[in-house]
Parts: sequence; structure tokens; C-alpha cells
Amino acid sequence: MGYVAVKGGQEAILASSELSRYYRVRHAATSLDVDILPSQMRFLVDRVMSEAGFYGPDHAALALKQAQGDIYEAAFLLRAYRSTVPRNHVSLPLDTKEMRLIRRVSSAFRDIPGGQILGPTFDYAHRLLQFDLRDEPPQAIAQVLKRVEDHHAAEEAGDQGVFPRVSDFLREEGLMAPPNPGLDEEEPFDITRLKLTFPAPRSARLQTMARGETGAMVALAYSSMRGYGAIHPTIGELRVGYCALILPYPLEEGEALYVGELLITEVEAINGFAHTKPGEPVQLILGYGASFGQNEVKSIAMSILDRALDVIGKEPAHDEEYVLSHIDSIESTGFVSHLKLPHYVTFQSELDRLRQTRQTPSADAEEGNR
Amino acid sequence: MKSPYNFAYLDEGSKKEVRRAVLKAVAIPGFQVPFGSRELPIGRGWGTGGLQLTLSLIGPTDRIKVIDQGDDDSVNAVSIRNLVVATAHIETTDMSDQATIIQSRHRIPDEPLRPGQILILQVPQPEPLRPVEPRERETRRMHAERDYSAVWLGLYEDIVRFGQITTGADYPAVVHHRYMIKPTPIPRWDLPKLHQAPFLTLFGAGRERKIYAIPPYTDVEPVAFEDYGFETEKFPVACGLCGSREAYLDEVLGAVGQDRTYQCSDTAYCRKRRDQMEKGNI
Repeated sequence: MGYVAVKGGQEAILASSELSRYYRVRHAATSLDVDILPSQMRFLVDRVMSEAGFYGPDHAALALKQAQGDIYEAAFLLRAYRSTVPRNHVSLPLDTKEMRLIRRVSSAFRDIPGGQILGPTFDYAHRLLQFDLRDEPPQAIAQVLKRVEDHHAAEEAGDQGVFPRVSDFLREEGLMAPPNPGLDEEEPFDITRLKLTFPAPRSARLQTMARGETGAMVALAYSSMRGYGAIHPTIGELRVGYCALILPYPLEEGEALYVGELLITEVEAINGFAHTKPGEPVQLILGYGASFGQNEVKSIAMSILDRALDVIGKEPAHDEEYVLSHIDSIESTGFVSHLKLPHYVTFQSELDRLRQTRQTPSADAEEGNR
Repeated sequence: MKSPYNFAYLDEGSKKEVRRAVLKAVAIPGFQVPFGSRELPIGRGWGTGGLQLTLSLIGPTDRIKVIDQGDDDSVNAVSIRNLVVATAHIETTDMSDQATIIQSRHRIPDEPLRPGQILILQVPQPEPLRPVEPRERETRRMHAERDYSAVWLGLYEDIVRFGQITTGADYPAVVHHRYMIKPTPIPRWDLPKLHQAPFLTLFGAGRERKIYAIPPYTDVEPVAFEDYGFETEKFPVACGLCGSREAYLDEVLGAVGQDRTYQCSDTAYCRKRRDQMEKGNI
């Protein structure tokens, strides 16, 4: 009956979309309140924004509702929306040093100037299901909000100040390689407007990874740490916080406009000197990772891959084209799922070859070796 | 209500960029022109390259036909056509001769196209050298040096092992004696239609970010040997509906015990023939 199923495509699509709507709302008395998602499902929202390369918590929340929780689909909705809006402004580079931190940890040094801030994390939480979350009375929520906000109000009386980077201390001592040369002044490659070329400029690498798919990047970074590669760094610093987004003021040269702030995760991973290239000074080398929202494991994976792509090796994690061509979720899921489309014509063509080949006498084919 | 989206979805700057890539592609037949492929609201790998070409080329007076597997009513064709109509409000048709632009996946209509029509083919894998070399860096060099020996060698190995060239659809060809292309997974049946064709064919690979073209009246030669030539698919019978022996057929599996039948893959062609048969013109 497959033949019948592809006829009446128009009706089939309408019925399918009606069913999708039905499956979204059945068994539920009320519709999901999208305003709740950016806080109560914040990691989900952050991941979608990061993989879409689109910062907009409200848009991401809406996309998640529409996609019924499918992360790939939600990121895809944001990307597609992005194609319809003209690019009106280009911001100044984000200054992550001036970040308003909510979390900052270093695994390289116990004491870092400014101190470590554990912040909101599950890292040391016991993974026990909290059954009381099923029913969370409003008073309980109000209490948590009050306790934390009172505490912060007291702290914020003194300005948080600027936290110097751990890597800067190592650079002052001459132990750490300077940032990738020329990077400061270079006009970045724009992966949304150009097809990647190989070898890719570092700005293209970083952009591609910044909106790469978490699972794909973590798998590649993990493979490198486990033995299919050579990179196993120490985290110099992982910071999560809000960065000011500044636009150059169009009417006045040298003036700038504060537009708002973005939640960013930034990781600087320190790599040993074992893989320094011949002729290079013996020093520590940074791997850099950054992404929209609080996406820690992805940013760490990115910092590993950033370094891995500079080190020569046979394994996938060291192969620039392999890594950069396969981590975009919109592309990978799009192509893998296109297998669901009809392939009648091509399959017919293949059957034709198979039948012809079976009729052709040849040693291998007769033995059935293929 | 005013639509929140631009005419034909993409913003004008993006469309202009695609058109520039098209001009370059037409100027260098068969050369894969990289472009800044945008994400579209249909699956990436489901025809977004072809769709970006369509959206960038259509104007309000165009009439478009969209087919998938030769079928106007296949769900993916319907979905793509609906998106074009929803954002550009242009006329559609399922008659090949009525369309100014035909977007297709896996087929070239069996009714001959005429000068002035544009055929847009969706491309999953534009690189003919990909089966022999996974790296873009290398394949670009190989194209520049016209180093296609690995593809020829592959065909030779096929013949040694199986006594035949075993490539089914997406059979490689050389465009105007210079660039080797993959014609997208059209059956071999369709490949000769591109040789010295009176119409323009554009190929769009959205995920792989490439556009290439076969301008009208261009030589397109399937890759083959003198003694092991290029062959199109063969069908044991005629179309069970319209009786055509000049069309690519789909095999239709009957119920257990019933015979296998064949029908035209190009549904519009088949329907037109049946209409003419009723009128006694065939």
C-alpha cells in the first residue's frame, strides 16, 4: 500500500500537522507557559540558543514549545527564522573579561585572584530524584527567591569588579603562548555567509564550534581524551556570566551604544608543551571555548577541539575537515533524516544494475562475493 | 494582514548573493560555486539548495512546478510548493510545458523541456570525487588539475569485479569537456536529456553550500569507456497506465500472488498521455 500513501500529499500533510497539534496538547489541561521556560528549563533554552547560533531566550522558549521539546527541531526553527531577518548591525567584540560573573572555577590553581565562584551548578549535587518537586507550593518558591536575593543585595553593595584571567598571569610569567597571532585585528570569517574553506581560519573554526551540536562535540572531545587523540587539558578557567553587547553608534564616530547583555560560558583550557611543534618555544598553549548561555560541557569540549585541530594526528579529533563538517546539528540531522524521503527512482535504478549484473557472467558475481 | 516574511522568504540581500553565484555557475559550466547557503524552514538535506535557487529566481509572474520522484503530489514536493506559494503567492502548475521554473528531486520530466524554461535540481552530494576522496581541500585541487583518474579507475574496478559499471543513479558526467559533475540522483535514464539541452539546468546543494549549472546547448558526456559504454535503465514492459515505453517507470509491487506492474514515474506525463488517449490522439 506504499504506493497509495504518497498520493494525496496535500491531505496527508494537513492531517499530519493536525495530529502533531493533537499530540502536543492531549493529556494536558493547560497549554505550556513559554515565559516559564527560560528559567525553569534554562539549560534546554541555552542549548537551543547555542546550537542555533541565535541569542533570544523568548524565541528559544517558543521554538521549544512548538517543537514539543525536540532540541534539534527547536534549534532548526531559530536558524530558519534567522534567514529571514536582515543583518542591521555588527556589534563590537564581547569583552568577556568584564563579564558579570555568576560562576567561575579553575582546576589549575586553588587560589585565583578574585576567587573561585561555584555558582549555580549540578556538579556536586547528588543525583537523587527530588519527588517533592512534583508539587512545589508558591511559598516554597517565594522563600528561595527571597533568601538568595536578600543575600545578593547585601553583596552587591560592593561592586563585583573585574576578574583578571588566569591565563594572563601565566602569560606575564612567559609560560603561556600569546593569543593566536593576528587574531585581534583580523576581520573574522563569517560562516553564515561563506562556505568553509580548508584549512579554515581560526575565526571560522571557533564560530562553527560555538554553534556546534553538544553531543557531537562532546563525543569527539571525549575520544581525544580517551586515546583517539592527544589532547587532555587542565581547565585554567571556566566562567559563566553576563557580557555587555555594545554596538558602534552609527551617527557619531567613536561612540558606542549598550544594547543589553548576553549570558555566555567561556572556557580556557591549558595544554602542556608535549605537542609543541619543532622550533616553537616550549610553553603552555590555550584551547578556547565559548558559547551562548550556560553550556559548560559543550564549551569545554570546544576548548579541547580548538587545540586538537592545531595538533597533527590521524584520529578524527585532529582532523579539521572531519570535525568542522560534522558538528552542525541542522546539517547532520537534516541529512540523516532525509533518508525518510522517498527514494523510489534511485532504488529502481539500483535494482536495474543489480539485475543486469546478475545476468552478466563474472567470476566474483557468480561466487556471490560482494 | 501583511506577512511578517519577505517575498519568497529570503531577504533581498541573500537572494542577490544566490543570483551572483548562479551567474558564475552559468559562466563556468559544471564548476561548483560555493555560496553562503541559508537555513530554510524545510529540512536541511531535503531540497534547500534547490529551494534557495527557486526563491532567489522567481518573480511574481513566474509559474512553478515542483516534483519529487517525478510526482507533483509526493509529500515533499507538496511541502516545498506550499512554502513557495505561502511566501511568494505565485501560480503553480503540474504541467511541465506550463511552468517557467521546475524544481525537482531525482527526476527530469519525461516531457521534453523547451528553451527559456529553467530546471532546478536539488542536490544531496554535489562532489563527484567524494566517493574517492573525502576531503574538500583535495577535491578542489583535483578539479583544478582535472585529475579525475580515480573515478575512471573506480569504473574499471567495477568492470573487473562485476563485469559491468554498477553505478545506479547520480551517474557522473563531464560538462563541456572540463568539469566532472554529479548530476544529482536522477536515474541514468535522465542523464542524456542534459546533453545539448535547450533549457538551463541549475543544481543547488544547500547543506554542502554549492551551486552549479549546465547552460543551454552544452555538451554533457556520461563517464564511460568505449567498450563498456553508458547504459540507461531497461524496463521489461510498458507503463501499465498509459502504455508508454519512452518513460522512466516505477516498479509497483502487487499483493502476494499478483504480478509486478510498472507505472510512469513522471505522473504529469502519464496523465497527459492518458488524456490524449481518451481524446483518441494516441
